[in-house]
Order: sequence, then structure tokens, then C-alpha cells
Amino acid sequence: MKVLVVDDSGPIRKIMGKMLRRMGFEVLEACHGKEALVQLEKHPDIELLTVDWNMPEMNGIELLEAMKTKRGSEPKPTIVMVSTENEKSKIVRAMSKGANEYIMKPFTEEILTEKLTFLGMGGSKNDKR
Amino acid sequence: MISKEILTYFFSILYQESGLVLDESKKYLIETRLEPIAAQEGFESINALGRALIQKRSPILRQKVVDAMTTNETYFFRDQRPFTIMKEEVFPALIKAKEKSKQIHIWCAASSTGQEPYSLAMMVKEMGPKLAGWSVQIQATDISEDVLKKARLGIYSQHEVQRGLSTPYLLRYFTQKGLTWQLKPVIRDMVRFRRLNLLSNLSSVGDVDVVFCRNILIYFDSKTKQNVIARISDLITPEGVLFLGGSEALMGIKSSLTRIGTAQGSYYKKSTPNKGNTEKTVPELKRRGVCQT
Repeated sequence: MKVLVVDDSGPIRKIMGKMLRRMGFEVLEACHGKEALVQLEKHPDIELLTVDWNMPEMNGIELLEAMKTKRGSEPKPTIVMVSTENEKSKIVRAMSKGANEYIMKPFTEEILTEKLTFLGMGGSKNDKR
Repeated sequence: MISKEILTYFFSILYQESGLVLDESKKYLIETRLEPIAAQEGFESINALGRALIQKRSPILRQKVVDAMTTNETYFFRDQRPFTIMKEEVFPALIKAKEKSKQIHIWCAASSTGQEPYSLAMMVKEMGPKLAGWSVQIQATDISEDVLKKARLGIYSQHEVQRGLSTPYLLRYFTQKGLTWQLKPVIRDMVRFRRLNLLSNLSSVGDVDVVFCRNILIYFDSKTKQNVIARISDLITPEGVLFLGGSEALMGIKSSLTRIGTAQGSYYKKSTPNKGNTEKTVPELKRRGVCQT
């Protein structure tokens, strides 16, 4: 299963990639929203995106808006927002723009695994909801 | 370095007060958990804390030591499977069985900081119309007054609300308070917390339909386990159930409970016809119409 990690921080992309590969995903990367849209065009079989909020060129919310226009009512790909923005109003905003789950940084691999399990994208060691 | 004498003394008070069985292999646990208590209470070392307890026998200090040693990590919807079984099997069965009284009593026997009973409360809330007109009482007990204080407040760190909890639940049932998140009164008010030692008289719990007693039996020796299970099963109603932790079972323990295996894991039910621990296989129970997988 292909996952696209969208984050402007190289170290974060590296860590996320490592965690996701351990869960059995094939990992692609993008530094910002615009690059993510190009990757989505190139790889229509991407099933999951992890998206940072604050990025140059096109931020996470703008990416979510662009994807919402494109995918309409199609639920795929699944989107998990991963951000240091931890205010409830921001989380509500991201969810209303089409994110399926939200992870507040800092987070652990367990949290990522659990959140993906909620979305039926398992690989969970802990069989969570 | 903690002395052998003091270590043995801590092992003995933990066993007397909580039934917790520790040995030399858990020395690190004593050190990591009791060092902060020693410092907080003005002792220069754990040995000094131990000596003071031996000499003065202060009940407050003794309780602090027990609290520090019995506090265990927990998180929302821990191990998910018991909650799925509750939702898909236990609640529907209880709704049928208790149609007259429309009352369901749930007891979380070692609730720690409250995530388990609050997960059940959120689940009940989510069931909405299915439980309209029903009274679902959730009581949560723990040996440690410290964890109960935290549980009653229902305030959790960012890390804690991300463990096991989906974002829609976080947004629906929590209010943000700076860097922490507090459960809304609508959920907090559904759970009654109080201190209870599982080795003491349990009659104040009353009759219960569902018992969550998870990840606590593993710390007991077989005699204590037998004793606790016997007294818990006495409180379980004929249609009631018991959930243990993922790595716990009643193998070798005599009780009036039967293991029910499901695709989601297992739980225990009162077995009326036979006495003793009658562990049944899934096919056998299916034939009897007891379990669905």
C-alpha cells in the first residue's frame, strides 16, 4: 500500500517514513502541497497521505482543499494530518476540510499505529479501535 | 543501592496492602517508583524511607508507597477488543436480559487514572437510542487515592488523549484547557470513582453485570488470584460477564465462570449448571448456542 508523507522537514519525513515502512507501507515523499499534488497525479494508487500543516508553497490545509475539490465525495485517499498545531479549533478545521484523523506533534509510533488502525489501515501491534 | 532488608520489607508491605507480588527481578521498579517519594518526603535514599517506615509505621507514608507501586499505565480503549465485544455482544445480550429493570451495572475494578471507565462511558453515550430509558451505572475503583484524584478530574495530557482515542471522540467529548484536555461533564458524571482494595470486603460494590478487572491479576500470586476472583464472581449477576487483561486467564483457578472465546478475544460468563472453572472451546459453546463468533 502506498503512502505519501507530506512534510517540509527532512528529518520528520525520514522518521515518518521509517515508521510507515515498518508497518508495511511503500513510502513516497513530498516537501509541500504542490509537490504532493504532482505525486498524486503520478501515483493514483496512493491510498494514504500524512500531511503537515505549515509548509512553504502550499500548506496542508490548502492541499486538503485542493484534494477535496478533486476527489469530491470519493473517500480515498485517506488523509491523516500530522501537525504541531494543537488547538481544538484547528483540529476541527482540518477535519472539516477532509482529514480523516489528526495527530498532534510530538507523537509516538504507537499513536501513529493506533490512528491508522482506527482507519482500517492496521498493521497494528496492539489491535486498537 | 537499596539494601536486601529494605527491599524485602517493601515486598512484604506491598503484598499485605495490595496483594502485589514482586521479587528481585522487579528491584528496578521499586527504585524508579520510590525514589521520587523518598525525595519528596525529605529522605536521603530509599533505604532511609524504608527504615522510617519500619520504625514509625506511618499509615500515610505507607499508603504513598503503595500508591506509587500500584499505579499502572493505561489508555483509552486499551486493547480495543474488550470494547468491541462489549458493543457487539455483551450490551445486546444485557439489553435483552434486563429489559424489565432497564438497569446495567458496570464495575472497573482497577481503574487507575480513569481511561477505562471513561471509554465505557463514551461507548454508552455513542449507543444513544439503543439505551434510551436505561440506567447504566459505571463505578470505578482503585487502591490508589492519587490516581483516583486524577481520574475524577478527567484531565489528560496531549499524549494521553492521543493514545487509543480517535479524533472524532476527542473533539466530541473533550474541552481543551491549555496543553491539557478535560472530559466534558456529560461523560465525567457517568462514572463514580472511589477507593477500594480488592483484598478487602467487596460487598459495597453490589451486584454487577459487567466487571473489567484487567491487568491486575498478573501481579497476584495464585492464592490471592483465587481469592479475588471468587469474591468478584460472587458479585456478578447470572447474565453478567468479566473481562480480564489480554495476557490474563483463569486457568487453574476454580470459579463459577466460563470462558467465552470470540473472534475478538475472550471474556468470562457466569456458568450456572456446572461448578468449577469450566473452560469451553468455541465450537462447544456454539453447539450450546452460548457464543457467537
